[in-house]
Amino acid sequence: MSILEESFSSIHKKLHNKEMKVSDLVDASYSRIKEVDDKVQAFLTLDEQGAKEQAKKLDEALENNDTRGLLFGLPAGIKDNIVTNGLRTTCASQLLSNFEPVHNATVINWLENAESVTIGKLNMDEFAMGSSNENSGFQTTRNPWNIEYVPGGSSGGSAASVAAGEVTFALGSDTGGSIRQPASYCGVVGLKPTYGRVSRFGLVAFASSLDQIGPLTRTVEDNALVLGEIAGHCKKDSTSADVSVPDYLSSLTGDVKGLRIAVPKEYLGEGVNEDVKQRVLEALKVLEEQGATWEEVSLPHSQYAVAAYYLLASSEASANLARFDGVRYGVRAENPNNLIDMYKETRSNGFGDEVKRRIMLGTFALSSGYYDAYYKKAQKVRTLIKQDFDKIWENYDVVIGPTAPTTAFKVGEKIDDPLTMYANDILTIPVNLAGVPAISVPCGFSEGLPVGLQIIAKPFEEGTVYRVAHAFEQATDHHKAKPEL
Amino acid sequence: MARITKDQVKHVAHLARLSVTEKEVDTFTEQLDAIIGFAEQLNELDTDGVEPTTHVLDIHNVLREDKQRPSLDREEALKNAPDQEDGQVKVPSVLE
Repeated sequence: MSILEESFSSIHKKLHNKEMKVSDLVDASYSRIKEVDDKVQAFLTLDEQGAKEQAKKLDEALENNDTRGLLFGLPAGIKDNIVTNGLRTTCASQLLSNFEPVHNATVINWLENAESVTIGKLNMDEFAMGSSNENSGFQTTRNPWNIEYVPGGSSGGSAASVAAGEVTFALGSDTGGSIRQPASYCGVVGLKPTYGRVSRFGLVAFASSLDQIGPLTRTVEDNALVLGEIAGHCKKDSTSADVSVPDYLSSLTGDVKGLRIAVPKEYLGEGVNEDVKQRVLEALKVLEEQGATWEEVSLPHSQYAVAAYYLLASSEASANLARFDGVRYGVRAENPNNLIDMYKETRSNGFGDEVKRRIMLGTFALSSGYYDAYYKKAQKVRTLIKQDFDKIWENYDVVIGPTAPTTAFKVGEKIDDPLTMYANDILTIPVNLAGVPAISVPCGFSEGLPVGLQIIAKPFEEGTVYRVAHAFEQATDHHKAKPEL
Repeated sequence: MARITKDQVKHVAHLARLSVTEKEVDTFTEQLDAIIGFAEQLNELDTDGVEPTTHVLDIHNVLREDKQRPSLDREEALKNAPDQEDGQVKVPSVLE
């Protein structure tokens, strides 16, 4: 097994026993990338020099027994919509192909405090709009389990890089499922925290009322460790919650006795693949054997979530993406006739089709005469979806279902039909609309492709999510499976 | 009946500062019509008296003292600007 595929605690033991150095870890990461990234295509930008300098510094600290960070020496990949000072950040858009940020996102500063090492920036659907990575302006990341299949999206590069053993963990962002769905497709652990749990400062905004940054890892314990380092109140994000961060590791008790699980019938109904459904029922049995109980419930407004989401997220995006005008940064159109022409040409040359489509939809939904019918209506439906969850929490601790209705699909299979592509997110979107935390953990396979189990809990109950996910993981071997590349 | 016309698509593209070819107008008209048609299922729900949700958290304005603090220096702020002159961002003429 490659050292990068070992758990954080096992890697740390080896570092402290002087069996290896941080430089060895970083070298292992780049040599794995050189070995497999031609196929996987997860990385857009590498920072080999910066990472090696950082490794050298950390090795000196290790020599002096001065290691403070809980993520000490761990090679990490960062989704390319999280800004990194001096390291190119493109959002996988041609418009930002030359953009070098002049500051770090809060999560990057906090990772630096935790002493992890940034290896490079990871591919995604352009501006996080998509479910397959096919909307990247640069390349299509492939699923390490079968490179003819998509890795999911939008954090497809993040999920694929962890699954391929290129890094020990990655950060992604999740607006409608963009961490959980690729985690499910690539067989890794991905958490979307409660809205407000992790600072969005320095996350290039897509839909500000829905976006959250979260970790992708191979195990639940590693995931909890990363979240513990990036969660917390940040003065630079006015929507960041001033709620104390618990010790997530102490939640990993393995005890789910008496846990009350709600299984929405809408999450195992029409459109959900039979194998996926079976894997979820098997997972529920595992939890039952450990003393949990489950009952079928209804989240009656689930079927309206996708429509409400696309109106809301696109509306917010149309406003957020107005800043990409070619004035202060980005690739400006050449020889424009006038200012308006410069805006239009810059944006039309720089944005891909899906981004244009969503800007247009959002602009339409917010435009005079349509605002009440579409945008406001969707906001009201969002209230109903949130209330569905609020009612569940009166009697249950967690909601469990599949992360996605199917396993990964083939590259090119859905790219021409936006509505079919959107349907992929039907089980993840309600979670963003309600603002609650949810994880995807591997729960087996269907025809050689991973299936993800989704565990959802109350706001700020990431500890409960981790407790259940960990108990399930420890009782099964799904997380030990590795793709052959 | 079409839910969105080609003229509306052109108007929305202008509002969004996107230039579109005739071919793109055709494609977007068709696709946006399908998406808006899909979104109209929301009208099946009675939302009279339902408060719209703008934010899931109970958030309120965050204020701080209006004090001078260090910020980006000019050189850094202009680092990514495609065109500049005398320490300022340069754009094509606004007035014809």
